[in-house]
Amino acid sequence: MIKPILTVKNLTKRYGEHTVFENINLTVNEGDTIVIIGPSGTGKSTFLRCLNLLTKPNGGQIWLDDQEITAKDVDEDQVRQHIGMVFQNFLLFNHLTALENVKLGLIHVKHMSKEAAEAKAREELARVGLAEQADHYPGQLSGGQQQRVGIARALAMDPRIMLFDEPTSALDPELIGEVLEVMRKLSFEGMTMIVVTHEMGFAREVADRIVFMEKGQIVEEGTPDQLFYHPQHERTREFLWKITELYGKKEKEA
Amino acid sequence: MDIGRFFQYIASGTAYTLGVTLIALPSGLILGMLFAFLAVYAGKIATRFFSIYSTIMRGIPPIVLLFILYFLMSGAINLTPFWAGSVSLGIISSAYQMEIFRGAILSVSADQMMAARAIGLSKIQAIRTVIFPQMIRIAIPGWSNEAAIVIKDSSLVYAIGVPEILRRAQLISASTQQPFLAYTTAAFIYFTLVFITNRLLNRAEQKLTIPSNP
Repeated sequence: MIKPILTVKNLTKRYGEHTVFENINLTVNEGDTIVIIGPSGTGKSTFLRCLNLLTKPNGGQIWLDDQEITAKDVDEDQVRQHIGMVFQNFLLFNHLTALENVKLGLIHVKHMSKEAAEAKAREELARVGLAEQADHYPGQLSGGQQQRVGIARALAMDPRIMLFDEPTSALDPELIGEVLEVMRKLSFEGMTMIVVTHEMGFAREVADRIVFMEKGQIVEEGTPDQLFYHPQHERTREFLWKITELYGKKEKEA
Repeated sequence: MDIGRFFQYIASGTAYTLGVTLIALPSGLILGMLFAFLAVYAGKIATRFFSIYSTIMRGIPPIVLLFILYFLMSGAINLTPFWAGSVSLGIISSAYQMEIFRGAILSVSADQMMAARAIGLSKIQAIRTVIFPQMIRIAIPGWSNEAAIVIKDSSLVYAIGVPEILRRAQLISASTQQPFLAYTTAAFIYFTLVFITNRLLNRAEQKLTIPSNP
C-alpha cells in the first residue's frame, strides 16, 4: 500500500496583510520526488520552510507520517531532525570542516558517540563524492562541493524526507551538474524529496509529480508528461514555455 | 632617594594594576557576554532593557561611575577600595563589552541559526555550537581594544586610594620633585602591559582564523 509521508492540509501563511500562500494541499508518498516550480516570489521557499517549522504557518495542518507536527505540544527540534533541508546558499557552518559539519547533528541531536558519528559522517561524505575533502573548511570548497556537503549534512540525520530549496540557483553553471547528479541518485535510491528548482531538465527526468505554484496557489499538479505536454491551464503552458526557452538559451551560451 | 628605588617604588604598583585588570576584565567579559546574548535572543523586553543599560553606562565618564559605584558598594557591603574599584571597573566595562559581543553575534548571519535549527539543534545548542564559535572570532579585534582600555582605566582607582602605578608615581613625584621621570615611568609600564596584551590577542586572532582559499 502506498503510504503518505507528508500530508499538508489548507496550509496558509501571511505576513500581516500580505498573504504568501493560502490553502495549499499536498500529499507526498513514500519514495516520491515532488518538484515545485513557479515564478519567484510566489511563496515556494516560504512553503518549504513551513514544512519543517522554520517558519510558523498561520493556518492549516501538516502531518509527518502519523504525527501532526503543527499541533501545539509538538517538540519542533524532534520533528526537524526527521526532515532534511538543503538551502540555496548552502549555509554550511563556516567554522567547521566538511566532516565536522556533518558530525554536528549526529553528536548533539542524535547523541552518537564520537567514533560512530565520525564513521557515519565519513560515509555520508563518500556518498556525495567528497571523502577526500572531509577536512576542508567551507571556504576552501567550491560552491558545488559546499552544496554536496550540505546534502550530506542533511542525509546524515537519516531523514524521512528531504527538502531542497533551489539547491543549484547560487551555483555557477558548470557546478550545477554535480549537485543534480547527487540528487538524481538519491531520488532513484527511493529517498522522498520535495525540490524547489528552475532546472526543468531535472524536473522532467526525476520528478514523479510537478507542482506549479503561482501567487500563493497551486495552479496545477501532475506528472512531468501531463504538465509539459498537456497542461490544463494557460498559465502553466506560458510559464513552462518561457522557462524552457530561457534554460535552453543558457545551455547554448554555456 | 637613589634611582633604583625610585623605579622600584613605582613598578611595585604593577601588582595592583594587574590585579584590578584581572578582576575587571573577566567580570566585564562574563557580564558583557551574558548581556549580549540576552539582548539578542531573550526577546524585546531584554533588548530594550540592555539597550538602556548600555546607553546609560556608556554615557557617563568612567571616573564618575567609579565614584558612584564605589561609594554605593563600600557603603553597603564594606568592600576594600581595591575590590570595590575592580568590580566597579568590571561593571563599567560590561557595557562596552556587551556592545562588542552584540555586534559580533549580529554579524554572524541569521541563516547560520536557521541551518542549525534545521538539523534539529535546539536554540541553546545552536548558540553554543554554531553562533558562539563564530562570534568570538569576530569579537577579538574589538575586544582587544577594550582590554587595552581596561588596563589603562585601571589607573582610575588611584582616585579612591589604591596604591597602583599612577598613585605611586604621583606620590613619589611629590616627594622627589621629579614629575617627568615619575610619570614617564608610569607611562612606560602601562604601555608595556597594553602592548603585550594586544600582541597576545593578535596571535589568538590569527590562530583562530578559519582557513579559506583566497
